[in-house]
Amino acid sequence: MTEDPTVIMMGEDIAAAGGPFKVTEGLLAVHGPQRVIDTPISEMAFMGAAVGAAVCGLKPIVEMMFIEFIGVALDQLTTQAATMRYLSRGKLTTPLVVRASAGAGQGFGCQHSQMLDHWFRGTPGLKVCVTSNARTTYGLLRSAIEDPDPVVVLEPRILYAEREEYEFDSSYRISLGRAEIVKAGKDATLLACGAMVRVAKEAAENSSADIEVIDMLTLWPWDRDTIMESVSRTGRLVTLEEATAGNGWGAEVVSSVAVEAFGSLKAPPHRITLPDAPVPYSGKLEARFLPSAAYVAEQVSALVSTNKTPMPWWRNAA
Amino acid sequence: MTLSNSNSPLARREALDDRLEQLRRMIEIRFVEERIQKLFAEGHVRGSTHLASGQEGVSVGIARSIDPDDIVTCTYRGHGHALALGLTPAGVIGEICGRVIGCAGGVGGSMHLVEPAIGLLPTAAIIGAGLPIACGAALAARARGTDRVAVAIFGDGSANIGAFHESLNFAAIQKLPVVFVCENNLYGEYTRIQLSTPVEDIAIRAASYNMPGVIVDGQDADKVAEAMATAVARARRGEGPSLVEMKTYRYSGHSRSDPATYRPAGELDAWLKRDPIDIFAERLTAETLLAAGGLDSLKTEVREAVETATAEVLDSPAPELGEIMAHVGAYSAGGDQRHLFWSN
Repeated sequence: MTEDPTVIMMGEDIAAAGGPFKVTEGLLAVHGPQRVIDTPISEMAFMGAAVGAAVCGLKPIVEMMFIEFIGVALDQLTTQAATMRYLSRGKLTTPLVVRASAGAGQGFGCQHSQMLDHWFRGTPGLKVCVTSNARTTYGLLRSAIEDPDPVVVLEPRILYAEREEYEFDSSYRISLGRAEIVKAGKDATLLACGAMVRVAKEAAENSSADIEVIDMLTLWPWDRDTIMESVSRTGRLVTLEEATAGNGWGAEVVSSVAVEAFGSLKAPPHRITLPDAPVPYSGKLEARFLPSAAYVAEQVSALVSTNKTPMPWWRNAA
Repeated sequence: MTLSNSNSPLARREALDDRLEQLRRMIEIRFVEERIQKLFAEGHVRGSTHLASGQEGVSVGIARSIDPDDIVTCTYRGHGHALALGLTPAGVIGEICGRVIGCAGGVGGSMHLVEPAIGLLPTAAIIGAGLPIACGAALAARARGTDRVAVAIFGDGSANIGAFHESLNFAAIQKLPVVFVCENNLYGEYTRIQLSTPVEDIAIRAASYNMPGVIVDGQDADKVAEAMATAVARARRGEGPSLVEMKTYRYSGHSRSDPATYRPAGELDAWLKRDPIDIFAERLTAETLLAAGGLDSLKTEVREAVETATAEVLDSPAPELGEIMAHVGAYSAGGDQRHLFWSN
């Protein structure tokens, strides 16, 4: 915001209050109420206003607080912003960033615990990122703000409570559409994003198998090259998704790998997902609902040692 | 008179300063829509169309009151507004026929007309979608230190959508330079306003949002222009938004599949007696700008021009297959060739 006066922020309680997660704290004092705008509880109005402002030369960042709140404003993002470039044959674009907290693990209950990336991945014209720590949040947000298209940046809200040292370098970027190899390995490729990246890392460290961990970072468009290359080396693919089985990003990746890298696979691709159910509230249930590092290590180890896909926990639970 | 035959939307817009051209443009809108209906019957139009015959006074009245670099959002019933703002008959008919000559190259269709050069954002097929977008355009105008305004054109049906209330509230709180223009044609799709809306006048809703709400005879292009000029001037002065309600009527049903049998007997006939083209032609006659027989010769001339445009459209090819992927995102085949409004 300091470098580019066309960047503005809009959202509920983001200015004076600094946001419920304090993500925007201090911005009002620096940039003033014309650029850091507290809105009424009117998601449709301010999402749409961001679309109009983006088309007309600003770079708005909309803060959705909880990603679920976007439901009442979805038209503006998926039907209006996402088609602006297409309908104007490239003459108009909407350089718009939507950032929101997403994901489970904190006992917020089912209406405040979803990822919902599939709503956006299902819309041509939108880009979708999920951050996994302070560095990737900074790198992805910088790229998203500079991107000429609407980009949804999902931030795992469970990580807001975490603290890490990160020295900001204002030239640092993570290109949209690029994945990162977090840990190299040769027995299996384990793909994750968001809060699941640290679960994947911990699982890899505690596994007897040598697992390559990749942070997806952008779910659409996803990094086909890095992933195909990794799978062709390791011969095995596991996706670790904080998404329900029926709607997860892994379905697209697995089907592409099965089609394009079939010959290099030593085992069927395997998806570790959430069950197809809303996120439960009870701490005990939610802890089981989300893949733990131990569960992921067990699943990946089983795949590597048997070359057969293990059953998800809920198939045996009943 | 030659200007409006120009292929330049901007030149056509500027030509609207002329009184005779205003009349000519209303006739053009009427005839283009008639031709579109015929093209539908002839099998050249896919999907649906939403005609606005009877509402030409509103379109031309708005277009002549704002500058080409003001921003307009509009609904799927936007053929008339697009033509009034400057789009060429070939650009509109071509889009509706899905040909490359169309204003969106044939990928948009009847509900998605667009022309950045005259401030027309892609018209929206979602009721009420343009209102918040206009608020954002107004926000950008102010942030960039210009005195440009945004105009949101929508129907009475939109006045019951959340976006209407949220946008009026947001615009009022932010004192945005936006003019909300409600075309109250008495029907939201197939439903008469009394069955969907507990108030007769949408304009009274402005009171809840502490902005002026005015009721205008939409059949009289001069009254439309006068009310618009007041609201636009207020917005340009930084005094905030207005809600302007145009009382008008669409002669046809909601879309091509709707014979409008739900209308009470005699209603259409009563409105036809207050036809915006006739009202304006009479005024120009009184102003001695239109000679005896002038209206008829104007109609003949416009009809010929519309036929010429139609022939041009039917000669124009369908888009190439590559257009499917050409402009989905910055990573797609068309690359990043955006034109940011007001970026200078």
